[in-house]
Amino acid sequence: MVKRYGPATAVDGLTLTAAAGEVTAILGPNGAGKTTTVEICEGYRAADAGTVRVLGLDPIQDAVKLKPRVGVMLQAGGIPPAVPAGEYLKTLSRFHVKPHDTAWLLDIVGLTSNAKTPYKRLSGGQQQRLSLAAAVLGRPELVFLDEPTAGMDPQARHATWDLVTALRGDGVAVILTTHFMEEAERLADHVVIIDHGKTVADGTPATLTGSAGQLRFRAEPGLDTDSLLAALPTGSAAKESPAGHYLIEVPGGAVQPALLAAVTAWCADRAVLPSSLRIESRTLEDVFLELTGRDLRG
Amino acid sequence: MTAESVIPGRFAPAPGAAPLRQMIAAQAVQETRQLLRNGEQLTLTLIIPLLLLIAFSLEPLIEFGGGYTRIDFLTPGVIALAVMSTAFTSQAIATGFERRYGVLKRLGATPLSRPGLIAAKTVTVIAVELLQAAIILLIALAIGWSPNASAAAIVTVPLLVLLGTAAFSGFALLLAGTLRAEATLAAANLIYVVLLGIGGVVFPLTKFPRAARPLLELLPTGALSTGLRDVLANAVVFPVKDVLTLAVWAVLGIGLAARFFRWE
Repeated sequence: MVKRYGPATAVDGLTLTAAAGEVTAILGPNGAGKTTTVEICEGYRAADAGTVRVLGLDPIQDAVKLKPRVGVMLQAGGIPPAVPAGEYLKTLSRFHVKPHDTAWLLDIVGLTSNAKTPYKRLSGGQQQRLSLAAAVLGRPELVFLDEPTAGMDPQARHATWDLVTALRGDGVAVILTTHFMEEAERLADHVVIIDHGKTVADGTPATLTGSAGQLRFRAEPGLDTDSLLAALPTGSAAKESPAGHYLIEVPGGAVQPALLAAVTAWCADRAVLPSSLRIESRTLEDVFLELTGRDLRG
Repeated sequence: MTAESVIPGRFAPAPGAAPLRQMIAAQAVQETRQLLRNGEQLTLTLIIPLLLLIAFSLEPLIEFGGGYTRIDFLTPGVIALAVMSTAFTSQAIATGFERRYGVLKRLGATPLSRPGLIAAKTVTVIAVELLQAAIILLIALAIGWSPNASAAAIVTVPLLVLLGTAAFSGFALLLAGTLRAEATLAAANLIYVVLLGIGGVVFPLTKFPRAARPLLELLPTGALSTGLRDVLANAVVFPVKDVLTLAVWAVLGIGLAARFFRWE
């Protein structure tokens, strides 16, 4: 799909597929086109080109059929400031044929004691949780969550992750945007990284981060990495960054037992005891920064 | 409790939109509660009209002329003011802030359609107007109001009020849907005060220069107060000019709102 705002192209030939019973995470720097993409799927704006089908329906033409089947959590706001949390959910529940029990749902998102608190007097994280409860209230088949855990404390974040996991387990399709790589790594079956309105990576977290191609350890600063590199199989790379943190990479490959033996032998020759020695794949954050660069975005 | 302990299957999809009437009723109840809980809105819709009714009818602050008792002159004007305060000022401010806070946007993602939302707002305005009418009429009767009306008033009063409500609502939504919330607040209050002054509410239009009078009677507030006064104090059967004036304002207001209203 394509979406332009005047001369600026917000979404530029982006392709995205999400499946039922899966969590799809859309990652991207600020201004990458995440919210525009989600809002096109929600029917808030029309794409300038391309085809959008949500649950097999056109988000704008078939809005009446689609809206009851989709739950939406906006990035911010959307709830009348003076309305108490419980009353807001009660009203919204009258829009659906088989809504969840609102008292139960308030309990699930930890707002039972705030049922009578007006939205504007809830903390940022509590407002997010109320908004999340509203998104799942009508037993939707598909839920869009736009940065659901922004502003949440760690407890609320974990509670939200539990809720997303429960939705997924019950066959609900979840599409979420996030800036938290850990969130995507934990929750998502399918990760789409977008930048400048284009898909730059698409796959499971495991395929994106690749095989275990990194060996990290900590030791005294200033060891001679050139001699370390000479002791390693060809194609390896070694660097110290920051001081005392050593990283050995096998680009495109996996760390083999021989490499580990070579590193520990090299350390033993120098009477160096490595600590925190880990063999791992790149994190999603490594992949993200590699694909989208380190420049600050607006 | 968190979702971790939820029995599998509790979130199994079972979507479906409730019947439209149920959605409209739920939304209207919510909006009516919001208005009745909001102090500023209540000041506008109830306290100011009642204060004017009581103060101007008990003390000879103005000579109304035309052979009316003070309460007989004031009651129709205050009803017109009450309609304007609810359908125009209060609705413009509430809707302007709903737009600003993304409430309209979020409602756009629910099964309640936009025509359904407009219907809920209409029901809300009419519910508040009925409450205002009941209180104003009871107090007016207690002060000694004795309407001089033909039997046709049972039809013409609701007709005038409905046309006035439609006209004011159209312009309320036009302001709320095009200006920033703060600008809507300022404009709606300013227009309220000006129309209170020149709309024949408490100051008779006969006090204004002769040349200005026909124009003032063509303003929605002037047409509504004059029409209600003709029906309730002068036993006019059908105030043709005022009905037509309000109908034109209603078509204009709703047409402009439909054309220019922006939901976000």
